[in-house]
Order: sequence, then C-alpha cells, then structure tokens
Amino acid sequence: MERQVAIELKNITKTFGQKVIANKDVNLTAYKGEILSILGENGSGKTTLMNMISGIYFPDEGQIFVNGKEAVISSPKDAFDYGIGMIHQHFKLVDVFTAAENIVLGVNDGRYNLKKSKEKIKEICEKYGFNLDLDKKIYTMSVSEKQTVEIIKVLYRGAELLILDEPTAVLTPQETKMLFDILRNMKKHGKSIIIITHKLNEVMEISDRVAVLRKGENVGVVNTSDVDPQALTELMVGDKIELNINRTEPKNVADRLVVRGISCFSREGVKLLDDVTFTAKAGEILGVAGIAGSGQRELLESIAGLQKLNSGEIIYHNPKTGKEENLRDKTPMQIRNLGVRLSFVPEDRLGMGLVGNMDIVDNMMLRSYRRGKGMFLRRQKPKNLANEIVERLQVVTPSVSTPVRRLSGGNVQKVLVGREIASSPTVLMVAYPVRGLDINSSYTIFNLLNEQKEKGAAVIFVGEDLDALIELSDRIMVIGSGKITGTVDARNTTKEEIGLLMTKSTKEGEGDGNE
Amino acid sequence: MIISFICRAILLGVPLLFGSVGEIITEKSGHLNLGIPGVMYVGAISGVIGSFMYENACQNDIAAMNPFLSVCIPLLCSIIGSVLMGLIYSFFTVTLRANQNVTGLALTTFGIGLGNFFGGSLIKLVDSEMPSIALTKTSSFFTTKLPFADDLGWVGELLFSHDFLTYLAIAIAIIATIVLKRTRVGLNLRAVGENPATADAAGINVTRYKYIATMIGSAVAGLGGLQYVFAYANGVWSNNAFGDRGWMAIALVIFALWNPSLAIAGSFLFGALCNANNYIQGLGTETQELFKMLPYIVTIIVLVFTSMRKKREHQPPQSLGLSYFREER
Repeated sequence: MERQVAIELKNITKTFGQKVIANKDVNLTAYKGEILSILGENGSGKTTLMNMISGIYFPDEGQIFVNGKEAVISSPKDAFDYGIGMIHQHFKLVDVFTAAENIVLGVNDGRYNLKKSKEKIKEICEKYGFNLDLDKKIYTMSVSEKQTVEIIKVLYRGAELLILDEPTAVLTPQETKMLFDILRNMKKHGKSIIIITHKLNEVMEISDRVAVLRKGENVGVVNTSDVDPQALTELMVGDKIELNINRTEPKNVADRLVVRGISCFSREGVKLLDDVTFTAKAGEILGVAGIAGSGQRELLESIAGLQKLNSGEIIYHNPKTGKEENLRDKTPMQIRNLGVRLSFVPEDRLGMGLVGNMDIVDNMMLRSYRRGKGMFLRRQKPKNLANEIVERLQVVTPSVSTPVRRLSGGNVQKVLVGREIASSPTVLMVAYPVRGLDINSSYTIFNLLNEQKEKGAAVIFVGEDLDALIELSDRIMVIGSGKITGTVDARNTTKEEIGLLMTKSTKEGEGDGNE
Repeated sequence: MIISFICRAILLGVPLLFGSVGEIITEKSGHLNLGIPGVMYVGAISGVIGSFMYENACQNDIAAMNPFLSVCIPLLCSIIGSVLMGLIYSFFTVTLRANQNVTGLALTTFGIGLGNFFGGSLIKLVDSEMPSIALTKTSSFFTTKLPFADDLGWVGELLFSHDFLTYLAIAIAIIATIVLKRTRVGLNLRAVGENPATADAAGINVTRYKYIATMIGSAVAGLGGLQYVFAYANGVWSNNAFGDRGWMAIALVIFALWNPSLAIAGSFLFGALCNANNYIQGLGTETQELFKMLPYIVTIIVLVFTSMRKKREHQPPQSLGLSYFREER
C-alpha cells in the first residue's frame, strides 16, 4: 500500500532565550492512517515540537509541510485550517458549558443551531465509537469524559492529524483501553495520530512507528514491530555523562524513616500511591527516579503529613529519644517539629514554600515566626539567616529586602532549599531542586545535600536528571505509576537499568487497577 | 392603592434594571465593572446636558420643540457619555490589565465628580433659586403614556402607563437573555468570561469581545441614569440626588444570578422594597432607614442560598475580575 505523507518536518529548531535549545534540527514524517509515538524523557522537547505543529510556538528554523505543501502555522487557528488538532494535557474547556457547547465553540458554520450541530457531533461519535452525553456539563465530567470532549472537538473542526500529549497520564487502565480502541478506529478511517508519551508498553501496544527524542534531537525513528523495549530505552536515555560530584561513603547508617505499604487516591479515584514500601536511612542520600507525575509529589507530601493516606504507616526513628513514632497520626506541624523538612520545587517555583511578593527575610520568617515572643516581630535573626544564605549560596539579589518574585528561578530555588537546610533537619526531602539551574548553581545545591548527609540527616532527593541521580545518590528508588518498581545501588547501576524500571510501571498494573 | 404601589415600584426599579443588565453584559465578558454607579451618573448628566442645550435652542418654548428630537438628543448624549466611560474602563482593564476593582471604584468617583461638576455648572447658568435645574418639558415627552392607557382602567395603568424607557429596559433585558443563551455571539461572550484562554484557543477575539461587551453594558447602564432624571425625577436634576442606585444595581446582578430576565423581576422587587416605607403608615425616620436596607438583606439571603446550593450555573463567570494574559513562554 502506498503511504501518503500527512505532515513532514524539516530541520526544525527552536530555542528559548539564549541558552535553552528545546529542539535541534528535527526531521520527522507522519503518514496517513498510522499512529506515530514520540518517546522521550522529561524535557527532551517532545511537547515543544508538537506545539510548533499546533501553532502555539513558531519554529526558529526549518519548514513544515502539510500534504506536501509548505505550511506556515502561527496560531492554533492556522493549525485547524491545515487540519491539525492537538489535545493538550491541560484541557481547554469551559466548565459551565455542556459538551456540545464546548465542541461548537468558535466554529463558524453558518447559522447558530445547536440542534443541528448535535446531529453532526452524533455522527462523529458513531463513526469512531465515542460514548458521550452531549448535554452533560463539563464540571460534572470525569477526566476521561473531558478528554473525549477534547478529541471530538478537534474532529468536529475537521482535523486529519491528531496530536495527543500524554493522553493516558490521567486515565485508568480501562479508560486507556477505550481510548486506544478509538484511536485504532480513527486510524482505520485514515487519520494520522501522533502520541506523545513516555510509557514504553503503550508505545509497543498502540503505535506503528516510534520517534525517539533525546535532548531536543530526533535520535531515531523505528518500526514498533522491529524493536523491543530494551532497545528503545537505550535510545531514550543515551550515554552516561560524568558529573564529578564529590560523593562520600555513607557513615553511621541507621534506619530513620520506614515507610510501609502506603496507598492513596486522587479525588477522581485514580490510585496515586500503590502500596509503597521503603526505608530512608540516616547518613545516606536516597534518590527517587521516575517519570514526572508518577507519585513523587504524593510520596513526599505523605511523609510531610500533607497527603491523606488510605492505608499504610510511616515509622520515624527519633534519633533524640530513640523512640519509634508513626507520622500518620501527626499533624504537619508536629512532623516538622520532629525535624522532617520538605522543600518541594514545583513547576511554578513560588507555588509552594515561598511568597513572591515578600522579601527574603520575610520568607525566612515564614518558618520561624512562631519562635518569637511578644506582639512584634524580631527581624534580626531571620535577617542574619537571609544574609548567610545569600552569601553562602551566592544568591544574586540586590539585597535581602528584594521581593522574591523578582529573583531569577535559580536564585529562588537556592533561597528555598537554603532555608530548609538551615534548620538542620533529620529528614530532608527535596524535589527537583536543580530544575532549570545552571551547572554551577546545581553543584552548590548538590554539595549542600552532601553536607546534610554527612551531618547524619536522611536525605530524599527526587530528581529528573538520571546522570545527577546516579552520581549523587547512594541508593536509587524508582517509582512508576505510584508503585516502587525497584531499588538499585547507585554506584553499580546504569541509566538503562533505571530507564527500564521507570517505564516498566503499568504493564503489570493493567489487570488489577479497576478503581 | 396597590396599583399605584406597583407602578411606583416599577418606576423605581427601572434604573436598577438598566444598571444591572448593563453590568451583567459586562460581567459576562469577565469584567467586574464597579464603575457602574459612575457610568449611570454620567449617563444621566450627559442626557441632561443634551436636553438643556436643546431646550435653550428652542428658547424654552415647548411648542417649538420637536418631540422626536427632544427624546433622541438626550438619549444619544447619554449613550455617548456612558460609552466613553466604558471605553475608559476597558482601556485600563483590558489593554493595560489594571486591577478591575481599583479601576471601577476610581471610575465611580470620577463619574460622580464629573456629573456634579457639569450639574453645578448648569445650575449656575440658569441662576435659579433652587440648587437644581428643571427640564420638565423634555421630561413630559419622555413620560408620554400610550394613548389608550387611560381607557383601560387599572389594566391600562398597570401595563401601559409607563414611560417608554421602561419598556425599552424590559426589551433590552429579554433581548440580552436571548442573545446570551441562544446565539453564537452569546456563547462566545460567555466563553470569554468563563475561560478566556479556551476562547482564545478556539479562535475568538477575546479583546474585542471584552471591549464591546463593556461598552454596550455601559451604554445600557447609562440609560438607567437617563430614566431616573427624565421619568422618575420629572426632569429635575440636582447634584447627588441619584443616590446609591448604582450600587443597588450591582447588588441586583447577584440577586438575578447573572440572568437579565430574572433582573426584570428583581428590579421591580427592589423598587417595591425601596418604596415600602412610604406606603406603610406611621413609620418614624429611623424605621424608614431600616426599611431601606431591605434590598440588600434580600441580596444577602440570595447569596447565602446560592452558595449553599453550589450550582455552578448560578455562580459568577469563572474568570470574573481576572486579567487575561495570553500564555507566553
């Protein structure tokens, strides 16, 4: 069968600012009637690449050909005109509208007649096998239904090429199966489908071909039938890079935190943590690897007392009293007082932990204000601490009284991590502390973590850069879809091994996940 | 007496109806225009200026005044005045993305100051003994009843005896409801107010919708001021007589659950509540003041009930009060 090209990318390059290269010289072709997977680690440029096809970004260099003709796509509307539709991870829907209203929104097809439009939508539903109540309001829908609305919305606009960004990330295994059936139906009708994903088993299951992106470059396109997961992982993670972090041998190792069988659910009923068991030891850095959103956040928040658990226990060995205490019965305040510290760097760095409009000193006081006596604040101590952090971590700021909001991302992170470390914790949890930081700032933070380890704290380090995890941690625990898929010795492991553990996840989960 | 009570309630309610329908149209685009009292005030004074000039041009001779012109000139002036106010508001909040509450409150202060300035100037011009200007001739054209109203007894009085702006207000409220619920423009406008990012991605010109909705809303609200002067006050303008009707109109928006048709009934109810003290015998001044609280108490009760029922359709537009930035990274 002669395959027709649906879209062709030639030498696409996109940079953000001066330094960050999101995509470099990417060539990619998608055919009609096929499902193409785009596979890559976090930050490998998958979403950026697809955003250029769907008109959210404009490429710096290179050309896009749709149906053989060069296309200039500078807005989502242009993309629609070329028959390209993207389903984003964050749905763009109006909550108080019905499904039908959302689908017809912005489409100008003659007189406004919702009844007639509904007929048209029903035809689409029947053709591809969607099951949807068109008069249901979005805010009463499950995530899966919302996704269905998004897909129909794109089809209603006559899309021939559908791009789905991590479509299964929010779905239960059953819903995933339903989605895949629909995708196969669409393929049968000659649509081309591009799926952005990092789940290997899904890649193997659904796609005809796989394009692997690494650090913004296309490192290979293969037919799914010709490869195995092992080979894909190797393509995905690439060669090991030496970082030369000064890692000391753990001393006086003792159990500090024993987590046994904890589970929790999201509001939609999706399992976020599934029977997680591990031990964090004093004098050791425990790395946590995993695809973003596999339950890292919930794990750390469970320990800090911020996440409601459905089952399991978290035993804390108190080094001062030698007693064992269950953190599950304690309030976040009590847990903090035991010396458990969480410094979480979320996507928007200011979201948790710091207040953007307050200066560094005030942000220090967020942690210490209870210590003061009397009615008025004593600013001297926090001010000293702020000055110390600024000096030690080389925070670039005009002064300690500059609002944190005005600092650059890296400096904000230093302030956040610096503050948590200053309280000499017994358990220090950091998540993505070096995200977006340049190499020198990263080393400053790595050294701080090492210092805490030598002081006898149990350090839990959630990271996304496997090289850094391998170089810094003593042990690495891998989490996938809320489950611990393995724990390895960081000194004798490879990126491939961790990569495989990271993507192993849902394969076994498919049978029993029926929530 | 009941008939006169109801008619009085309607007369009092119409400015609120204009104000709240205007505010609903604006809020549906995601903009909380707290400048509505100022807009209504400017709408009133603009009409007064127009009418004043026309009456002077005709040497204050009612025979020389063309009924059509004496209605249309104030009407047009009022609309121009309030649309300009709406334009100021949208320039600040849409283009410059200024805080909507601050801009709105400033606009109210500005509008009332502006109205009092021109009102005061006119009063000085006529050199009257009273601190007011009487445009009773223009007012008589505004309040012309339908010819058959008097022949129909109490039915005529109840249904057909009102000034034409009352009917216009009801018509605008009904049209606004239909446009919002049944047309593509309405769907798009609601999408802009609920989730501008989604509307933008769907190819809707968010900025244009916001500007136009704010300006149309202001024009409608301004007519409320006009109706107050020429129908309720019989063409007598005196500074600050408009009172807190603008705020009551904003309260009415909440009472009507952002539905212009409900605002019709709501405005008449508010009018009745405002007026109740005049119809109940033997109230002291202090109890009269207590009675004036009634509309606000009713609004609070409605707020309590809608919050308890948690029905999303009865909530304000989701992005009300938020400026829209197109995502840039």
